[in-house]
Amino acid sequence: MLSPDSVGRTFAGTESITVSQSEIDAFCAVIGETDTTVAPPTFSIRITLDQSQSLLSNPEIGLDWTRVVHGDQKFDIKRPIKAGDTFTCSSTIESARVAAGNEIVTVRSDLFSGTELVVSTWSTLVVRA
Amino acid sequence: MIEVGTQLEEMVFYLDRALLKAYADASGDQNPIHQNEEFALSVGLPNVIAHGMLTMALAGKYISDFAGGSAKVLEFGARFTKPVIVPAGEKVDLTVSAVVTDVADGKASLTLSATSAGVKVLGMAKAVVQI
Repeated sequence: MLSPDSVGRTFAGTESITVSQSEIDAFCAVIGETDTTVAPPTFSIRITLDQSQSLLSNPEIGLDWTRVVHGDQKFDIKRPIKAGDTFTCSSTIESARVAAGNEIVTVRSDLFSGTELVVSTWSTLVVRA
Repeated sequence: MIEVGTQLEEMVFYLDRALLKAYADASGDQNPIHQNEEFALSVGLPNVIAHGMLTMALAGKYISDFAGGSAKVLEFGARFTKPVIVPAGEKVDLTVSAVVTDVADGKASLTLSATSAGVKVLGMAKAVVQI
């Protein structure tokens, strides 16, 4: 079970992630996007999924990632991501509740380029009982 | 002219196992339920399923095309209601359409519909684009 005092806490990453053109190209190729000058709208999941998982894998948080199913996802894009952008990610557990025995946890992840917030994402994770 | 109630033209994407592998590599999500049939069956799934985020990425392409480029997509959210099931050797459809629900301040709001084999796979799918 998620530890109740984890809700509302923000876990700031220290690792910097630089986006390469080849990563954008590969993502574009999958969806048939021919304009590779900016990243497609959902590209940031490539960074936030991995980052939020590593930031929120601390045993004291109590989130069992092996039982997680992705319930929903939202992106708020302040500006498009481009090759050469360098980000740090911070993840916040915004809410947690139990429904039908499953835990429903909403995680917000923010990608910052320096102090500029570029993309916020919300992932609802269903932790199966 | 984009106005409230405008129905956007439907677009059909096709998914197969090769696309799932390509998305796994492009996104970094190598969960075996999206690639390995034996594993998918062992965890109670009917077959290999597409990444929900692949479905969303393709719907995102639909939104970008409407908006005139990826850079014009400001918000996009969806719920994963049912998986897109991708049997070996088959191409399955992802059929996307949308309706304009609001136009204001140089932005348009869309509500999307996304189905595969006639089953609704995204719920509450909404986007805001710059127009």
